[in-house]
Amino acid sequence: MTGLQKVVDAGQAMANPAYKAALVELLYLLADDDFILGYRGSEWLGLAPHIEEDVSFSSISQDMMGHAVAFFDMLEALGEGKADDLAQLRQPEAFRNAILVERANGSGTYLENPQFDWAYTVVRFYLYSLFKQVRLESLANSSYLPLTQLARKMMPELKYHLHHWSVWMKQLATSTEEARKRLVAALQQAWSDLGDLFDLGPKAEEIVGHGLIEGSELLAQRWQERAKKSLEAYRLPWLGKPQPPELNGRAGQHTEELQQAVATLSEVYRLDPAANW
Amino acid sequence: MNTHVEAIEQAVWNGLQEVTDPEIPCISVVEMGMIHRVEVEGGDVQIEVTPTFIGCPAVKIIERSIVERVSAIPGVKRAQVKFVFEPTWTSDRISETGREKLRQFGITPPPRRPQDDWEITCPFCGSADTTLDNLFGPAACRSIAYCRTCKNPFEALKPIF
Repeated sequence: MTGLQKVVDAGQAMANPAYKAALVELLYLLADDDFILGYRGSEWLGLAPHIEEDVSFSSISQDMMGHAVAFFDMLEALGEGKADDLAQLRQPEAFRNAILVERANGSGTYLENPQFDWAYTVVRFYLYSLFKQVRLESLANSSYLPLTQLARKMMPELKYHLHHWSVWMKQLATSTEEARKRLVAALQQAWSDLGDLFDLGPKAEEIVGHGLIEGSELLAQRWQERAKKSLEAYRLPWLGKPQPPELNGRAGQHTEELQQAVATLSEVYRLDPAANW
Repeated sequence: MNTHVEAIEQAVWNGLQEVTDPEIPCISVVEMGMIHRVEVEGGDVQIEVTPTFIGCPAVKIIERSIVERVSAIPGVKRAQVKFVFEPTWTSDRISETGREKLRQFGITPPPRRPQDDWEITCPFCGSADTTLDNLFGPAACRSIAYCRTCKNPFEALKPIF
């Protein structure tokens, strides 16, 4: 991505409609991944395995929400509308998040009979954080300067998240037979949703062409190298190269689980946009 | 730079010394290393702030406190906060005075340099016989630790480099 001229701010990006269109598409994808998974994380509040985990997980979810807000703010600066509206008033089909992040935590809801799956949660957050690290490293050299700066700022925060989920991966992998069995089942479940995580959506070519981020093949390859190495270290199976997805969240295709998530998280805002606490 | 502008700029820095993080009220935003730049143009003042954590919910309150405090300075017509991620806030931006104030408040400051080990000494008794109970704490920037010597739980600022 060297050789391409840096775009220093929103004004300069907006002066080039093709560049702006690609940038906006990428930002939605980045914002929605952190927003939806941050929401899924927040559903665990009060339900985590122990109180220390409740503190840690809430802190991580808060960080992820903060990251989503920063991306939504960037979209607002590019004339896409109010950040709060972008997060809470879009229809589910406008979301660009990957399928992996929208899946429910398990059966039930956080209010009624929550049969949430901890192993799945650990695996999902771990695999996602690992990819987020790969993605941020690439964004740290993006042609859009505000994105470069934000990615660099996010990296030390993400390091703590990744560390947290690595500790859990290791603990569960080296714990009882049952823990291990559940972890492997969770890996298989997560694996079937990995297909669109690396994808950059319908505008992928433009996004890469404008030097906003490197290509999805390259990102996927880097992720695979790291994932393979760490899973081997935990003596967990490598389930092979992720297969193309049945649904592509980057193209606005989603599950009913996302519809429910969006309906729940935006309920108060739809009732009263000025509600505060 | 004329003396009038210089005087306002100095008054702004002095005023910022009174603005604190609502969650760590012992230390000013200046001592915390959050103020990158103050620019005075006529009666307009722009304060560039580099947040410690991206999603820190205190930043909105800090923004309001800064605007209120700086607006009260004679000669200032308009005060505005701009959040910047360049330079990135890192732990070494906390001043020596700031580090001492954190300790007095019961929070262990982070290491000074990225290459330093993260040794958490108790802010109350100075003992190094401590345990890190939770890497994550009540706020994004803090961890929870425990002193085995004086038996006090305490918090430590996470190293950010």
